[in-house]
Amino acid sequence: MKINQKLFLQFGICIIFFGLIGILINNLTINLIRTGLGFNFSWLFKPASFALAEHPLPYTSSDSYAWALFIGWLNSLKVIVSSLILATFLGTLIGFARTGTNSLLGLISAGYITIIRQTPLLLQLMFWYFVGFLGLKDNMFIQIKNILNISNQGIEFSGLTFSSEFLALLFGLSIFTSAYIAEVIRGGILSVSRGQWEAFRSLGISERKGLTLIILPQALPAIIPGLTSQYLNLAKNSTLAIAVGYSDIYAINDTIINQTGRAIECFIILLISFLLLNLLITNTMEIINRLILKSREYS
Amino acid sequence: MEPIVVAKNLTKSYTKGLRALDNVSLTVDKGKVLVVMGPSGSGKSTLIRTFNGLETFDKGEINILGIKVDSTHDERKIQKIRRRVGMVFQQFNLFPHLSILENITLAPIHVQKRRQIEAEEYGMYLLSQMGIDSHAKKYPIQLSGGEQQRVAIARALALKPELLLFDEPTSALDPERINEVLDAMRTLAEQGMTMIVVTHEIGFAKDVSDQVLFMDSGKVVETSPPNIFFSNARHERSRKFLNQLDKH
Repeated sequence: MKINQKLFLQFGICIIFFGLIGILINNLTINLIRTGLGFNFSWLFKPASFALAEHPLPYTSSDSYAWALFIGWLNSLKVIVSSLILATFLGTLIGFARTGTNSLLGLISAGYITIIRQTPLLLQLMFWYFVGFLGLKDNMFIQIKNILNISNQGIEFSGLTFSSEFLALLFGLSIFTSAYIAEVIRGGILSVSRGQWEAFRSLGISERKGLTLIILPQALPAIIPGLTSQYLNLAKNSTLAIAVGYSDIYAINDTIINQTGRAIECFIILLISFLLLNLLITNTMEIINRLILKSREYS
Repeated sequence: MEPIVVAKNLTKSYTKGLRALDNVSLTVDKGKVLVVMGPSGSGKSTLIRTFNGLETFDKGEINILGIKVDSTHDERKIQKIRRRVGMVFQQFNLFPHLSILENITLAPIHVQKRRQIEAEEYGMYLLSQMGIDSHAKKYPIQLSGGEQQRVAIARALALKPELLLFDEPTSALDPERINEVLDAMRTLAEQGMTMIVVTHEIGFAKDVSDQVLFMDSGKVVETSPPNIFFSNARHERSRKFLNQLDKH
């Protein structure tokens, strides 16, 4: 392509891009004028006057909207981080079982992956909430010496309480994501050559040790990018919390929009909150990836 | 004579009825070197890989170092055999994420539960035997093919094996790198190591082997001492194969 043509193309793309942004801003202004609310964030510091069932930090309905949103963000973070850990653990186990030599385990994990991946996440969340937890008796369904108490109120474990809403979301998200993580792990394991398996086996090293000492370290560079995108999906999927009534950032935003009508401001806050969450995940994974590459001086 | 390997009527079929191994029997005595030759696809690699359980078989029996294995492929027995039998592969199969010394000490530390210092000391001794102790801290990719294969031999020796299996150890090497590996193998044979070697290296077979086993289509065509095999092979098929090799 000639330089003139290239310049012309670049110029055209710029015009289309800024044109679209212009239309967006115009629509926004017209709508803001129509609602008569104007664009400002001062309402954030007014009392929220709604209660929150779950708050990791002290919260009452006389606290501000800003504080309510922050509590929601913390609730999101809590469910995302714990699901992320559980999903990785489950997914790794299932991925190992899927590639292992035990054919029964392989069959079971293949079935698990198929069922989980072929049904909608919303359905699975509903299942865990209504069948899994609300289906339990109202109290002391399972109680072991005051240490563990499982009922339709959730799980109480030596002083720590987890609500049914949190648990339904935790189970739903973790199990759903674990099926995808298992496939990522399997793909990584298969990317390591057969000769590596034969080499450790011929040295009398057990399958379990060979997997952790030889295969996994070589599979990690292929696993990390896939894992990152599954983590990001998990974070975004956590907004389905609203379906089971867990007060995550999205659910709280929704309530605030209903009360104040500040849809545009709220969506901007939501956008930034998720950007922050996902940047946190991406950057952490990037650091892990770099550490792995650094430890692989040979490549 | 104390037999180290006794294989009886080994048979392995693939699904299409193709026989990778067809009634193969052999014996290798302590301190002897058996060279296995044959055209590609004749089953020679499959044969030596059954000896440490990397391949299963359908019929027959193997007795290695007094441990009997049959077609049931008993994992515990195979694990016992693997601790006493070393193997060297065509593609070296060194662990790329571990240093040369770590490649060698991995099995002694994790299988034999030796102390790290002890394993490293013996590892360095083996590397110096192979003439590559100066590379101990390097990674496999930094070494030439011949050096990598010598590391692989040192790794196989780290568990102090009573039998060594070589699966075409020089086939992936540049011609000028072949001799350094063959020399290392020659030294091992002189030290009395029992070895089974799948190779096309006639010179090595002539000088070092006690017996040559020739295979074709999964069958043993003949087993002869090298002086007979290379000058006056008993079977037409062996002579034809040797003629082909000479032309190259």
